[in-house]
Amino acid sequence: MSTADHLPDRSGARSLDPHLGRYAARAAGMTASEVRALFAVASRPEVVSLAGGMPNLAALPLDFISEQMRSIVAEEGLVALQYGSAHGVPRLREQICEVMALEGITGHPDDLVVTVGSQMALDLVTRIFIDPGDIVLAEGPSYVGALGTFASYQADVRHVVMDEHGLVPEALRAALTAADQAGRRVKFLYTIPNFNNPAGVTLAVSRRAEILDLCARHDVLVIEDNPYGLLGFDGQVYPALRSMDADNVIYLGSFSKTFASGLRVGWALAPHAVREKLVLAAESAALCAPTLNQMVVSRYLATHDWQGQIKSFQTTYRERRDALLAGLAQHMPAGCTWTRPDGGFFVWLTVPEGVDTKAMQPRAVTARVAYVPGTGFYADGFGSRQMRLSFCYPPPERISEGVRRLAGVLADELELLNTFGPAVSRSLSGPQTPAPDTA
Amino acid sequence: MSDRWVAVLAGGLSHERDVSLRSGRRVSAALRSVGVTVEEWDADASLLTRLREHRPDAVVIALHGGEGENGSIQTILELLDIPYVGADSGACRRAWYKPGAKAELRRAGLLTPDWVVLSQSAFRELGAQPVLDAMVDRLGLPMMLKPDQGGSALGAQVVRAASELPTAMVGSLAYSDAVLAEKFIDGVEVAVTVFDGPDGPRALPAVEISTESGVYDYTARYTAGLTTFHMPARLDDATAAKAADLAVSAHRLLGLRDVSRTDAVVSASGDVYFIEVSLSPGLTETSLVPMAIEASGQSFGALYADLVDRAITRSQTR
Repeated sequence: MSTADHLPDRSGARSLDPHLGRYAARAAGMTASEVRALFAVASRPEVVSLAGGMPNLAALPLDFISEQMRSIVAEEGLVALQYGSAHGVPRLREQICEVMALEGITGHPDDLVVTVGSQMALDLVTRIFIDPGDIVLAEGPSYVGALGTFASYQADVRHVVMDEHGLVPEALRAALTAADQAGRRVKFLYTIPNFNNPAGVTLAVSRRAEILDLCARHDVLVIEDNPYGLLGFDGQVYPALRSMDADNVIYLGSFSKTFASGLRVGWALAPHAVREKLVLAAESAALCAPTLNQMVVSRYLATHDWQGQIKSFQTTYRERRDALLAGLAQHMPAGCTWTRPDGGFFVWLTVPEGVDTKAMQPRAVTARVAYVPGTGFYADGFGSRQMRLSFCYPPPERISEGVRRLAGVLADELELLNTFGPAVSRSLSGPQTPAPDTA
Repeated sequence: MSDRWVAVLAGGLSHERDVSLRSGRRVSAALRSVGVTVEEWDADASLLTRLREHRPDAVVIALHGGEGENGSIQTILELLDIPYVGADSGACRRAWYKPGAKAELRRAGLLTPDWVVLSQSAFRELGAQPVLDAMVDRLGLPMMLKPDQGGSALGAQVVRAASELPTAMVGSLAYSDAVLAEKFIDGVEVAVTVFDGPDGPRALPAVEISTESGVYDYTARYTAGLTTFHMPARLDDATAAKAADLAVSAHRLLGLRDVSRTDAVVSASGDVYFIEVSLSPGLTETSLVPMAIEASGQSFGALYADLVDRAITRSQTR
């Protein structure tokens, strides 16, 4: 279609987007979709949403936070409401280093950039490292928001298999070797080692050194995304990859799950040589993360028992995880498998062969339950037999009801598939799809 | 008009909630632009109480699918004696069920592609493959598959090979308990908007739909730029008149009121086939009805304000 075709002409031809011929190639996939449309229903209270990843903020001390915010504006308003440096508020950067120390990281505040959530940090890292066509390795499945970022920079994403202990080193080695043999450059490995989104699994500590060593030997940077690391249900904290290799790991952190997602405060801790480019990239992207929000986080860390607050979050999420796992055990039909997270927000469910979770989604919406189909977590079309279930937001009794509804939906779908028999083909479905609960 | 206030109902719990919310916002803004006071309400458990307590002068239903189009909301408004724009509950029930509407129009002599309707239980009890084979024998390939109710092309698919049929069936049956399978008519897709006026229903010039993929599916409908519209459709005068007659006939025969949109296909031989009618048509930024109104040189807001007036007058003279 030529540009002229998009514009009104005398014959009355009209496109509703006069800019169509102007978009960059990276915008090609940005279209309306049935899947996203169905999520509009998921926000209604009648629907049990096991789809979203919204943190449960009910336990936050709102009166205290309100008073602190008032005090910041009253006492330091001319600073809080002013532009800040792209680097981030100095005191907050020091405090973030104290937070990261819980996971064994020794970082310097100067090597840290405060960002608008860790999503922005990921965007900046991708911006400064990825040229179109560069290979990014990521777990299969991986965080949908990261895949969106990689797509927008036209990266070539290759997934690496996980099992119940996280990323499989042999699979990583094979992926790195294959790229080498093809003469292709892998720029970085993107990994969520703790309580993975969406898989729920955690990278075994015993594998961490091996993975770092493999990446170092193949000259591949590691991007460690760790928003859930402090949300282990038994208070367990795993050593960060960054704590084991300060030179080859960029660590992304966030207060979205441990404090308040709406403040949009995250960070990147980078090797010193990278940090300057990150600061410049941050400056061009947003000038700075909101100063007021950074000061709110800083005040919260300084004046509130934030570690006690995280313990309360752990309890909240553990109860919800238990409700979800108990519901799955009680209701799911034979042929289903799922992960059993010991932290974070998510369970990864694999359904019996032949079921396409995206095609089944309208039936689930009709039954007033929502999930995220698995294909969104793969860049290569896999995941049609999987779905992500989140347990972070609904109360336990609603989670139980949601699983009951989901089981009914699945039973109906299996009956339908049984009716149409093996002729129902799902080219990318089936047991060959690697998944952390089936590998 | 400025002394009247209208509740626009949008959202609801159907699969088309997202489209409905966009329709609601668009028609609300259009009504406000001509001085009508508007509140946008979701169709939820509080709706009945709200309607009772606040009693708007009239209701505009921008709900798509489910309760908004199957006559349920209309029945409630009739019970409460609140004027509303659109077809009454009885007509909704007739037009909403696509096979029923097709059958009624065929009985009246209108052209519509040959079709069959089959429920999930029919496949289960009679055996899927023999039924699928019979469908292919009867309708040929390609064939159109869609849920027997609902809109926005959700669950609608063109099946080009028999081997695709079982998977396509599973996809369509996810939206409804029964599937409408229809002979595929290769031709030009057009949409004709019909409005009631002082002299009865009148058709606006047909809008022709041309998609890059050849299928006017959900993505093509709601992604600006993926579809090219020709206004008016590139039809000769006689064919354009046939399309207009078809839409007005469908509007009359199904007992529709105020506004409807008929989707049709013009075959290579110039025959105009009725595909389906929407009694609560989409009113979003990419929807066909606002486009047809603007192309006809009228104001979307003024036209809907006129429909509001008609609804109020209708209620006062009943």
